[in-house]
Amino acid sequence: MNDFIQAYSWINMRFLFEGMWVTVQVAFVSVILSFIMGSILGIIRYAKIPYVSWAVGLLIDLIRNLPLLLIIFFTYFALPHIGVQFSVIGSTIFAMTIFESAMLAEIVRGGVVSVPKGQSEGARSNGLSFGQTLWYILLPQAYKKMIPPIVSQFVSLIKDTSLATIIMLPEMTYRAQIIYAQNPKQIVPMFLMLAFLYFVLNYCLSKVGQVIDKRMVV
Amino acid sequence: MMHLISMYGVDFLTGFGWTLLSSVIALVGSLILGTLFAIIEVIPRPVPHYIARLYIEVLRNIPLLVITMFFYIVVSGIFKINGFVSGTIGLTLYTSAFIAETVKAGIYAVPTGQYEGGRANGLSWWETMRMIVLPQAFKYVIPPLGNQFVNLVKNSSVLAFVAGFDLMYQANQISQTTFDTFNPYIIVGILYLVITLPISYYMRYLEDKLAREG
Repeated sequence: MNDFIQAYSWINMRFLFEGMWVTVQVAFVSVILSFIMGSILGIIRYAKIPYVSWAVGLLIDLIRNLPLLLIIFFTYFALPHIGVQFSVIGSTIFAMTIFESAMLAEIVRGGVVSVPKGQSEGARSNGLSFGQTLWYILLPQAYKKMIPPIVSQFVSLIKDTSLATIIMLPEMTYRAQIIYAQNPKQIVPMFLMLAFLYFVLNYCLSKVGQVIDKRMVV
Repeated sequence: MMHLISMYGVDFLTGFGWTLLSSVIALVGSLILGTLFAIIEVIPRPVPHYIARLYIEVLRNIPLLVITMFFYIVVSGIFKINGFVSGTIGLTLYTSAFIAETVKAGIYAVPTGQYEGGRANGLSWWETMRMIVLPQAFKYVIPPLGNQFVNLVKNSSVLAFVAGFDLMYQANQISQTTFDTFNPYIIVGILYLVITLPISYYMRYLEDKLAREG
């Protein structure tokens, strides 16, 4: 019991909360960037431009089927070889954005495809161009449907930030390791706290997502 | 790159084997656990329902890395398990939560008339589940389960954190001995794609087929 009280001292907790803030920041920046990238890629794939859409589709499939850990490693250790170098936080965001935009591209495309065909046919026969149809008719309807999957992608990004421990990003998991490395008695309390903090963060996020989703439907 | 393949080909293939083994074990384990918890969740009683919900929500919202490290650092002190075993247990538990959600969605996708018909014909709750609802549920569930398997293979790279001999671990080892931090990761990436790409394309084909059938 004493170990627990010592492990949850304010110094340790503040250290963990700072890590949590790093986690949230990295995940948030990545999800915003990949939302933009993913929308562009998803629309290109949807638009069926000869060769381009096919190439983008292949790229999306390749990235989606690789482990994120590999992409993080690659951006941090391999890209400097070809002259692209990021800081630790930069390469985490870069890797997560690359990975996540491929995921979101598929969600965007799925969302646009799921809008009933009559909508785009109606728009086109009323004289709107392809771009206008997409912008005014299809995307607004698609984005509404996409909120739950995007929130769940955000949750998985928060969880995946822990993988950046391997390149020493000072987020929550890494900081917990630092704490229990100093005092092995604090291993169990630290793991429990880590699990608790991640759980609270992600559970609240997915609940917020559900609330937004319900509001949008009504 | 050819030099790497001829020198370390065996290591890459060993890693490939361990990754595949871990993924298959975790898939079987998480299918069993996931289906079990999905069934527990749909039992029309509050206590089992909330137990299953707790299990699913907790495992779904904690990073796989934290679960795996817990088994590698804490549990391995009590039971003697190595990195591969703790990684595979972590993978199994983590994936089982997602599979439980998938299977549950499949169960709810079966029209209620099927369940009511089964009960009205005198089958017990469990008989209705086993003989009527679950077989139909699995039809809807197969494409998402395939995608879970793809995720499983990708997530198995977490074994690299706990010395689980998998592809990612081998890539790190090889890049540390050869000081080549570029090519090993390319080769390992290709090997991951060898497993995951065919599965995801096949699942997309199945999804389309299921959508066409209505």
